[in-house]
Amino acid sequence: MKKKLIAAPYLLWMVIFILVPLVMVGYFAFTDENGNFTLDYVANVAQYSQIFVRSIWLALIATVICLIIAYPLAYILIGMNKNAQGTMLMIVMLPMWMNFLLRTYAWMTLLGNNGLINSLLQTIGLGPYKMLNTEGAVVLGMVYNYLPFMILPLYSVMVKIDKSVLEAAADLGCNPRKTMLRVVFPLSLPGVFSGITMVFVPAISTFIISRMLGGGGNLLIGDLIEMQFLGTAYNVNLGAAISLVLMVIVLLMMTIMNQFDVDDDVILM
Amino acid sequence: MSILITLNDIVVSFDGEKILDHIDLDIHDKEFVTLLGPSGCGKTTTLRIIGGFITPDSGTVTFDGKKINQLPPYKRNVNTVFQRYALFPHLNVYENIAFGLRVKKLPEKEISKRVQEMLKLVGLVGFEKRSTARLSGGQQQRVAIARALAIHPKVLLLDEPLGALDLKLRKEMQIELKRIQEQLEITFIYVTHDQEEALTMSDRVVVMNGGKIQQIGSPVDIYNEPVNAFVADFIGESNILSGLMIRDKLVEIGGRQFECVDTGFGENTPVDVVIRPEDIKLVKPEDAQISGVVESVIFKGVHYEMLIDAYDFRWIVHSTQAAEKGSAVGLTFVPYDIHIMHKMPKEEYPLRGIEPASEPEDTEEAK
Repeated sequence: MKKKLIAAPYLLWMVIFILVPLVMVGYFAFTDENGNFTLDYVANVAQYSQIFVRSIWLALIATVICLIIAYPLAYILIGMNKNAQGTMLMIVMLPMWMNFLLRTYAWMTLLGNNGLINSLLQTIGLGPYKMLNTEGAVVLGMVYNYLPFMILPLYSVMVKIDKSVLEAAADLGCNPRKTMLRVVFPLSLPGVFSGITMVFVPAISTFIISRMLGGGGNLLIGDLIEMQFLGTAYNVNLGAAISLVLMVIVLLMMTIMNQFDVDDDVILM
Repeated sequence: MSILITLNDIVVSFDGEKILDHIDLDIHDKEFVTLLGPSGCGKTTTLRIIGGFITPDSGTVTFDGKKINQLPPYKRNVNTVFQRYALFPHLNVYENIAFGLRVKKLPEKEISKRVQEMLKLVGLVGFEKRSTARLSGGQQQRVAIARALAIHPKVLLLDEPLGALDLKLRKEMQIELKRIQEQLEITFIYVTHDQEEALTMSDRVVVMNGGKIQQIGSPVDIYNEPVNAFVADFIGESNILSGLMIRDKLVEIGGRQFECVDTGFGENTPVDVVIRPEDIKLVKPEDAQISGVVESVIFKGVHYEMLIDAYDFRWIVHSTQAAEKGSAVGLTFVPYDIHIMHKMPKEEYPLRGIEPASEPEDTEEAK
């Protein structure tokens, strides 16, 4: 009884701020301006499939790059002594203390045609290269902003791997590469999965990064939804329909990925 | 028996602290050697040097006649059973045992055959599919042994493998390990701080303290002829007294002269004298050379442990017969049970409890 009482405020919170908004999104997605039931808007989402594909694609690339950068880094981190680990983690977290917009603005000034990087390149007779307003810039922005979300779960899983297990692998004939492949990687999979989730989900729905670094030409789902609510194309019902479809897609992808995830109790192979 | 592993003048320091201080040790083929000592004596470090996890600061490690100082663990023909087993949590029992065989890329048929052999050897047939998390401590231990033995190493290193098991299981595993070693005819190097474990299983015991080897010998030798007060105290309980070697086969303890069997200590040499508690017989005070008062009697199951105050020394005596507390008793022992040892330098006296026995000057005053 007491436990239920303590849970009550949280339950209330979840109902007001999670359940009700979700129902409202569903309601708007399946009605027109007059409140009549319609499937038109959900059906209309199909015409934006190109934007969906681009969003998923860029988010996937950003996630994979994050994984490629973060995995070795986390592995190196756990090999360091405790003090060095703390310092390195702080450096990883440091950009997150700064405002998200500020960080992205900074990239604009770096990547612009007259930006710092192009200026430097020109002094040695190269460029200028078009870097801002490209898909590459969007991916860079995503990687830069979401990298810590990949490193932290990887690190926290890897740091718990018993060192003697790694020694056992070496003892049984594994060189460092084989130890990595046969022991460290399988044991770090839970971290890989949660890292992918933490990066992919915000990356697929981002809108500031694509607007600031991608220019007008690289519209993502996030931008599209924002336009329906705040922009000139004001259409709440369509915005809700797009949001709903995005949610379903993310849910689907997470479900597929969880098929590969393993409990502590289940054996891999 | 041929020499398989040689440690020659090995020195290891961590953070300026000497962990191993010029260790020399030969290990023979097919023998069961135990490194015995209190925690921090360097026994595990010695084992890890043989396993390849630590490179010594100086000295050489030779295996089968080849220097292997720089050889990484995965290239050595030795395998380790780790202190807390270190089983692979993502693999089941079968895959844990098969791990080393898969790394070696053996054919599936051979792997299956060897894993079955190992399961039979350690008594875990039927546990193949079990997750290691759902095994008891004793079973995990067996998997760790099977995993290390599956790739047929020439030497098995065991780092306090029974430390986490309860007493009964530990005794069973001691016998089991000895059986496995004899059956497979390979070298076992076993690290423990438990003297009883060392005496039960070993062909040879290496007693270590403070980064140095104190004594190497068969369990019987180590027990009956400890070379110094540390070994005597560490291997079972002992009465360690100061004495004066008058001449060969005659020693003076507490102002009284006793016949003994030791020779070669010179004349009038201060020595340590060890008399094991179970070698002392309690008799009537008038029938004995030494008489004292019973200070305490503790029931230990198989025997009583009595502390007897005599000649400013507290004698430990084990007997199946209890004497009355406060009563006067006599102590006797035969010459064969008096063990003479060279005196240890004072700073090397073991930390755990025993003070250097009273100086020989006292005995001279008593004369």
